Amino acid sequence: MNFDDTPQEAAFRSQARTWIAANAPKQYEDELRATSLGRVGLKNADILQVAKAWQKKKAEAGWACLHWPKEYGGRGSSPIERVIWQQEEGPFGKLSGMFIIGHGMCGPTMMAYASEEHKRQYLPPLASGEKVWCQLFSEPAGGSDVAGLRTRAEKRGEDWVINGQKIWTSGAHYSDYGILLTRTDPTVPKHKGLTMFFLDMKSPGVDIRPIKQASGHSDFNEVYFTDVVIPDSQRLGTVNDGWNVALTTLMNERMSIGAGVATGVPELFDFCSNLMLDDRPAIEDRNVRSRLASWAVRASGLKYTSIRAISALSKGERPGPENSIGKLVAGPMIQDVAAYALDLQGAAGVLSGPEAELAGKFQAMLLRAPGTRVEGGTDEIMRNIIAERVLGLPGDIRVDKDLPFNQVPTKGRN
Amino acid sequence: MNFDFSDDQKQLRDQARKFLAEKCPPKAVRVVLDGQAPYDRALWKGFAEMGFLGVAIPEEYGGAGAGHLELCVIAEEVGRALAPVPFSSTVYLAAEALMLAGSDAQKQAWLPKIASGEAIGTLALFEGTGNPSPKAIKVEAANGVLNGTKKPVADGAIADLIIVAARTGSTGRDSDISLFLVDAKAGGVEAKALTNLDPTRGQAELTFKNCKAEPLGAAGEGWSILTEVLDRAAVLTAFEQVGGSDRALEMGRDYALDRIAFGRPIGSFQAVKHMLADMYVSATLARSNSYYGAWALSTNAPELPEAAASARISATQAFQHCSKNNIQVHGGMGFTWEFDCHMYYRRANALALGLGSLSYWEDQLIDRMRKRNAA
Ligand SMILES: Cc1cc2nc3c(=O)[nH]c(=O)nc-3n(C[C@H](O)[C@H](O)[C@H](O)COP(=O)(O)OP(=O)(O)OC[C@H]3O[C@@H](n4cnc5c(N)ncnc54)[C@H](O)[C@@H]3O)c2cc1C
Repeated sequence: MNFDDTPQEAAFRSQARTWIAANAPKQYEDELRATSLGRVGLKNADILQVAKAWQKKKAEAGWACLHWPKEYGGRGSSPIERVIWQQEEGPFGKLSGMFIIGHGMCGPTMMAYASEEHKRQYLPPLASGEKVWCQLFSEPAGGSDVAGLRTRAEKRGEDWVINGQKIWTSGAHYSDYGILLTRTDPTVPKHKGLTMFFLDMKSPGVDIRPIKQASGHSDFNEVYFTDVVIPDSQRLGTVNDGWNVALTTLMNERMSIGAGVATGVPELFDFCSNLMLDDRPAIEDRNVRSRLASWAVRASGLKYTSIRAISALSKGERPGPENSIGKLVAGPMIQDVAAYALDLQGAAGVLSGPEAELAGKFQAMLLRAPGTRVEGGTDEIMRNIIAERVLGLPGDIRVDKDLPFNQVPTKGRN
Repeated sequence: MNFDFSDDQKQLRDQARKFLAEKCPPKAVRVVLDGQAPYDRALWKGFAEMGFLGVAIPEEYGGAGAGHLELCVIAEEVGRALAPVPFSSTVYLAAEALMLAGSDAQKQAWLPKIASGEAIGTLALFEGTGNPSPKAIKVEAANGVLNGTKKPVADGAIADLIIVAARTGSTGRDSDISLFLVDAKAGGVEAKALTNLDPTRGQAELTFKNCKAEPLGAAGEGWSILTEVLDRAAVLTAFEQVGGSDRALEMGRDYALDRIAFGRPIGSFQAVKHMLADMYVSATLARSNSYYGAWALSTNAPELPEAAASARISATQAFQHCSKNNIQVHGGMGFTWEFDCHMYYRRANALALGLGSLSYWEDQLIDRMRKRNAA
């Protein structure tokens, strides 16, 4: 058991550090450091442009999508080098937020299923942030039950014609491409009639409508498809095998590699150290200490769990469903931590604007947290995954499993 | 970076697991639980023969000189099997205190006996209700003799070697406390076994009456040595707790697959699945925190105090959580004496208190995090 860098790792670290020091957009460092969890914004600049510029610089110097192969715009790095990079990149890493879906899910899916020609065409600009990608899976009728989706793809000559609606699509409004899961055969059970594509989001017939979120922001969208044409060459995987392709995507979604999953704990610790409660720092209060300690060990437990996973990866082991633990622990924790920070603020905790304590950092966290527990699989779905795939308990009873999709009851759906 | 045990260490774990499965089935634990013996003597002898007792003791003192990572691996199996032997008091407390603070003569006198299973050791710290604190220590040491009462003392009634925290000053500072070494056979100490939550690990009251004692470590350094011993023991105990958590989770999972209600295995009900998933989560967080503690312990890293407190809290919570929900998964059967669930529940709640309660360690953790943040 060893936390020290090997000589090779140390060399990589110092190379990364030197390059970051010379190239990172320093003017935004303080602001990035201070932003709350869940939402990064810059006061005097367009965050998307700043993020794209930083990503491009990284790509040109070989620091983008470190673990991707070089020919697709990556660096061919080891999992540990990825973590070292994250540690060194620090607050500038927050700028990659808008690329997460593309880099974490769409890219790996393309790598597994696209033609060589398409990989060489589409992956490098995705790695460099020049092109942004989104994931078009969820629908009003199918979120947790993704396979319940109804957007149709019908073959017409060498093309496919898409009609239907997606929802909750993060970043669709600034995306250039998307991966799209569709139904190609409604007469077979739901998992057997799906097909995956990728498409240009500027295609005629794609209509993107931002949704205002509970947090007040608009990061996700409804996307409507009216007779949108996709060439058959943009199909990923075989016809009606879309479920297996989607599983590749979702596995990658859950595999949040990196020792930096946000929990809100360092922020709460700082806050309690500075806040005065009964004439002394809150952190000297027995109850505060107890709450803090419980969250602190959950946060450190998560951190070392992901380091264990990285060690396993670097020995060639495959990441498994146990990685669902990160989001399941961090999501509810952020929510509780935020509520507790507001509780400590007393009645003033109700203020959420710039005049609020710490410019409303914990209030923003509180309002974003419900989404964290839903996106990428709800807490309940994560528990199912752990129970079934890690502990080997029986699957849920699925009454629609063997029914042709067009005979599945649809009451309550639009 | 490599955050895992080595292949050799994993092999040692397999070896210990096999040995314990054979020599320490629940049936054997029950002999002690039912009060037919104060501890499992044959198992203790087996521990010595397998080299478990001296695994972290240097070779010059009769041990294997392997190290603390190896000891962690064994501790996990001890916890899994609920071994009814005075392992933690002897190995994590007495031996660690000797290795940290003992003179060469003291180490020569005791460590080989510990490694060979000849001597059982313990640490006498607590004096009734409350958490570890220099102010709570009333047992007095003067002119080479001890007077006063300690309670509870883990394995106190069977110990040959007792390390005692005693008062040698009255300034109100930590430096009032010094450590002493008492040979239980030399007389002057009375032991009374006490009923406790987990009869598979005895507790006693020890009364010292003009009991001869030799200093262990420098006078006035007792509290700082103790803190270090408790930190080390916290990491090692965390591994026992991790082993216990994993076993409780496994028992719950197996029962959930086996028991049928409403025409289905109960493990197909989401309320049960999700309860087991949450047990997995807490056991996993505890394991990861404990690995970090193991690394800090084995390298004597400056991070040890914080890592130890994290491992302690996380593992305490996990074992309590897993052992209580294991009973819940088992329903009424889980609440019978006949099923083994309560043995884990007992051990979990006893281990939660032995080195100072959760609230003590929460305090320690926050102090240590503050210190780091200030640095
Ligand atoms: C901020 C945000 C960003 C998102 N971004 C994207 C995106 O970019 N692309 C995309 O495709 N989707 C995206 N989503 C959609 C997201 O994946 C779904 O919202 C999520 O999977 C839940 O599906 P649902 O909303 O249909 O809820 P439902 O599935 O209707 O769930 C409602 C409730 O029922 C519970 N439930 C459902 N099924 C089960 C079950 N089998 N067992 C137990 N409980 C169950 C759920 O846990 C939940 O509590 C995003 C969502 C959010 C909040």
